[in-house]
Amino acid sequence: MENVNLKINGLNVTVPAGSTILEAAHAAGIRIPTLCYLKEINEIGACRMCVVEVKGARNLAAACVYPVAEGMEVLTNTKKLIESRKRTLELLLSVHDKKCLSCVRSGQCELQELCRELGVEDEEHFAGEKPRYDPDTSAVHMVRDNNKCILCRRCSAVCEKVQSVGVIGPNNRGFATFIGSAFEMGLGDTSCVGCGQCIAACPTGALYEKDNTDDVLAAIADETKHVVVQPAPSVRAALGEEFGYPMGTDVEGKMAAALRRIGFDRVFDTDFSADLTIMEEASEFIGRVKNGGVLPMITSCSPGWIKYCEHYYPDQLAHLSSCKSPQQMFGAVAKTYYAEKMGLDPKDIVCVSVMPCTAKKFEIQREDQDAAGVPDVDISITTRELARLIRKVGINFRALPEEGFDDPLGESTGAGVIFGATGGVMEAALRTAVEKLTGETLENVEFTEVRGTDGIKEATYNVAGMDVKVAVASGLSNAKVIMDKIRAGEADYHFVEIMCCPGGCVNGGGQPQVHADVRNFEDVKALRAKALYDNDAARTLRKSHENPSIKKLYEEYLGEPGSEKAHHILHTTYVERSIN
Amino acid sequence: MAAKKGSVPFYGTKEQEEALLKAISELRNEKGALMPILQKAQDIYGYLPMEVQKIISDETGIPMEKIYGVATFYSQFTLNPKGRYRISVCLGTACYVKGSGDIYNALMEKLGIVGGECTPDGKFSLDACRCVGACGLAPVMMINDEVYGRLTVDDLDGILAKYK
Repeated sequence: MENVNLKINGLNVTVPAGSTILEAAHAAGIRIPTLCYLKEINEIGACRMCVVEVKGARNLAAACVYPVAEGMEVLTNTKKLIESRKRTLELLLSVHDKKCLSCVRSGQCELQELCRELGVEDEEHFAGEKPRYDPDTSAVHMVRDNNKCILCRRCSAVCEKVQSVGVIGPNNRGFATFIGSAFEMGLGDTSCVGCGQCIAACPTGALYEKDNTDDVLAAIADETKHVVVQPAPSVRAALGEEFGYPMGTDVEGKMAAALRRIGFDRVFDTDFSADLTIMEEASEFIGRVKNGGVLPMITSCSPGWIKYCEHYYPDQLAHLSSCKSPQQMFGAVAKTYYAEKMGLDPKDIVCVSVMPCTAKKFEIQREDQDAAGVPDVDISITTRELARLIRKVGINFRALPEEGFDDPLGESTGAGVIFGATGGVMEAALRTAVEKLTGETLENVEFTEVRGTDGIKEATYNVAGMDVKVAVASGLSNAKVIMDKIRAGEADYHFVEIMCCPGGCVNGGGQPQVHADVRNFEDVKALRAKALYDNDAARTLRKSHENPSIKKLYEEYLGEPGSEKAHHILHTTYVERSIN
Repeated sequence: MAAKKGSVPFYGTKEQEEALLKAISELRNEKGALMPILQKAQDIYGYLPMEVQKIISDETGIPMEKIYGVATFYSQFTLNPKGRYRISVCLGTACYVKGSGDIYNALMEKLGIVGGECTPDGKFSLDACRCVGACGLAPVMMINDEVYGRLTVDDLDGILAKYK
């Protein structure tokens, strides 16, 4: 590729042609502050935080969208620029509610950080009319508080471009502009899928999940309740970031220790029910192939994906596996098998899940998710909420020992762990399905073709004389590509994995928010996924059907995968929804 | 939050819908088709209610919110129909200093609507305008083509009564 030479703050910099000034500065180790910019998602140059001086240019240029040119001379840190950025912040603050003390984002807010860095001393510098909005609490999973919104449009860009949903965006014009839905509908009335990618993209505290940490503490405080917890595979790959560990650190042992110290009666693991999902899903897949069922079969672990399919592809629901998600399977087993084993009334068990996901808060309230006549899962909190909970009860996370999970619902294999990365469910399913179909031991368990962070991956495997064509998609705009092919009858896949969030659960909407400075230049998805693949590689048991506790569950209680009892407890149904 | 439904029930005809579908099919593949489609839709219906935006969304695949965002950004688009009697109150400088703001507020109260809206019976719509060229008569309002000048709030009931 052709290179361009320029000077930034007097330093000679050489970057590929087509780079922006922001990228060139980053390459030279110079940080230019940004606010509205999200790489490849929101490149609108609107917020004016990243302004720089370009020699010969009449006005200050927005570094995030301004392309470099040969011989260009750029200054990024003059007094004039610092004053300009500070003025921009003061203007933003003139309509901001500035309630930092009680804000969920305080300490991790990009706006707050910039104000501190640039020395904003007077929050009321531009005192004047302030528009006030009622927070939108209509959605099950989240709140939008426009009083903290800076109109950067990162949320609406993610919703429309990355997720192909587009239920939020700027309404009205000028001073009256606010982020909302069509005809001022509450988010809960729209076809929002609950993925929470808008929350992950938000630089301030305008978007946040509905916090259920107090519900967890209340359940633990209730002596009559037996409270069990299940953290999802990807939580262990990201929770550490909240406590200063480098991105991609696996904190499984400390996480288990923290959960125990919070006071849960049993610390189990969603990895267990991920293995269980594989047993049921592999069996369902083999059944569909042998009995001429609807193909391709599509995975059903991701509640954001399920809701998307129900809203946008209601005519394609027969493709969805009837398996409940691992979260729900866990709750269902906890309140049937485990309750019986322990002599507990399912009503007295409180099942708490820790998820990388906000859509899980919606999923626990779905119909047909109540194997024991009570909701399978009672409370679902995000990774962020777990971090909040750990702080709230005064646990020094970094000083914790490494601990394990409790038996029997805490035992898992490497196949369960990799569920958290795009392609992981497919790989785990293949490990089991291939052995079941061939009747031979699978030596190489790594299906590397379905690994990696590409939005769409395809592979064909010859299994017992049959070519099995699989596809893996993550991010709903990629799911849409696959679904349009399926709807048009142009897809010849047998098995498809779809995850709502780009990169899978490791990059879920409930995971620790990543500062744009990091997100724009690092591969967050790959770093977190590596923690899961390393966890898997270090294990002896890497196939779901080899999990001793799973074997025992079938022997003692469920019978065979796909049995009538398994169907009653572990499978569910879907509903057609409309686009709003 | 309740959806902001129009205050006037939607009465779209089959002919209007066919005209809209035809316009969409002619324009849909053009880059930036949304603006001309919305303009055409407003030509056909006179305004852009939820029902019309829904048709556009279903036909083009453009999310409703995006359409609504554009429709509320540009002042050329309106979400409300115009009434049989279109009231325009001048809020230009001369009228305003003579108290047209009070006239405008009183009309909103009497009609039970805000500026830009239409009464549920479809009779009156209310808008603010800028200078109708009758500053000597300030404060001024127009109802369709009729000009009313040197207004006071007390005059309004009598004037509205003429249109019952």
